[in-house]
Amino acid sequence: MSKILVIAEHDGKKLNQATARCVTCARQIPGGAVTVAVFAADPAAVAAQAAQLAGVQEVVTVAAAHNANALAAVLAPQVVALAADYSHVLAASTAFGKDLLPRVAALLGVPQISDAMSVEGAHKFKRPTYAGNAIVTLEAPADRKLVATVRSASFEAAAGGGSAPVRAVTLAAAVPSHTRFVSISAATSDRPDLASAPKVVSGGRALASKENFDLIFKLAEKMGAAVGASRAAVDAGYAPNELQVGQTGKIIAPELYVAIGISGAIQHLTGIKDAKTIVAINKDAEAPIFEVADLGLVGDLFQIIPELEKALAK
Amino acid sequence: MRKILVGVKRVVDYNVRVRVKPDGSGVITDGVKMSVNPFDEIALEEALRIKERGEAAEVIAVSVGPDDAQQQLRTALAMGADRAILVKTAELVEPLTAARVLLKVVEKEQPELVIVGKQAIDDDAAQTAPMLAALWDRPQATFCSKIEIQGGSARVTREVDAGLETIEVDLPAVFSADLRLNEPRYVKLPDIMKAKKKPLDVIELGSLGLSAEPGLKPVLTEPPKPRSKGVMVKDVAELVDALKKKGLVS
Repeated sequence: MSKILVIAEHDGKKLNQATARCVTCARQIPGGAVTVAVFAADPAAVAAQAAQLAGVQEVVTVAAAHNANALAAVLAPQVVALAADYSHVLAASTAFGKDLLPRVAALLGVPQISDAMSVEGAHKFKRPTYAGNAIVTLEAPADRKLVATVRSASFEAAAGGGSAPVRAVTLAAAVPSHTRFVSISAATSDRPDLASAPKVVSGGRALASKENFDLIFKLAEKMGAAVGASRAAVDAGYAPNELQVGQTGKIIAPELYVAIGISGAIQHLTGIKDAKTIVAINKDAEAPIFEVADLGLVGDLFQIIPELEKALAK
Repeated sequence: MRKILVGVKRVVDYNVRVRVKPDGSGVITDGVKMSVNPFDEIALEEALRIKERGEAAEVIAVSVGPDDAQQQLRTALAMGADRAILVKTAELVEPLTAARVLLKVVEKEQPELVIVGKQAIDDDAAQTAPMLAALWDRPQATFCSKIEIQGGSARVTREVDAGLETIEVDLPAVFSADLRLNEPRYVKLPDIMKAKKKPLDVIELGSLGLSAEPGLKPVLTEPPKPRSKGVMVKDVAELVDALKKKGLVS
């Protein structure tokens, strides 16, 4: 019997969809009972959302002022204290999970499985290495706690409709004061969220300027899509860092991914391989992006984007 | 004056198209170009800049890996590290092992900052920095795109999913370098010559009282499932038709 603790990711109000995907992974663990833990200053709203996820048996909340902002150094000793009753500790492989869980694993003295992409057994998971070019099946010792981050793109989000009980707990863990939150500059926009949007339009180096990159924003808006960017476009300052897709950016699995002016470096492709349909638009017919594209169109993006907008308006 | 410790991992060069061994026991590394993990290069560059600003006195490059990792440490010395330490093991090094080894070196060298890459491009694990910080019981600042030293603390900008987060950490602390922290310098030939004379200590991992035996057993390594071959369309009209058929646009 596995008792699985999933650490919820949230902004204080809304549960991140990555946590719902993580719950799906947790449910696939044989004989697993899934608990979601919400650490927050005021966890009520997020806990209520977590309780609705299908397959969640219980939600535990840890309300404390020091949990107002997610700091790994502050959260880790609390997660360790809570984990005493569980066999598995999981979190999404997002910036949040990647920051927190290795700290938890080290405190527990166990290795961590990063980016679990499929469940092969209660202690056996597949994960990508070398930017997705080699898939490794790893087996963790069954007599130790298993700590893993979960690759969101590999799992569908758990459905709603559940009604798990919510239990508040108080933890005795001492938290450090050596790490302090200052601020977060999240881009405020009503655009769909890149990590969870069903449609994504991405631009690359070929856009050639920040001004031209607006073409991508406009097309995305027309399609109701989120905006992504290649590393080259972010490095060149055409798009902000949170839009980067790839090995070191976001790994996404939308229904539709439209890559415009992106040549398709292996590091980029690893971020989009799980997209259901990939469309590539590039002037270079030899670009590697066409090797993974379901639909490819060779041509000048500055000509194609306006045509595409017009065609979609009809 | 401050010391900065930088982690340097020997990895398959990022331009190499990695291939899986037919027997599923790993990836082919024989005869393959090896390099310094690109994120560790960024970590080292940051350490060198901090030193060049007069905010640190010494930069020490540390690697945990095979004897051949001396090559990557020589590159680090050529970039400007003052000295290097190789903790040698023939085993594949898990992040938890790397963190335990780095902790031993930290206890001996007493650095104020430890900077490593946010992930290594071979195992893509992204664990070493938080694990070391946990074992050392010190702050961590992962995915850094800006590090400002302010006396006994550092103000750090981190690349997170929502955008940019700023945190403050007391020193000593562990930092992991993200892509946009800096652009590493190129190594010049005279520096390579000079690097040959810089100290590089080699110690056996076992002599630290540690074992490199992995905690996770790799059962199988296989290539990813290929995507099925797509089709080329001749113009926008054909593209939009195809998308409509799939129900992806209305």
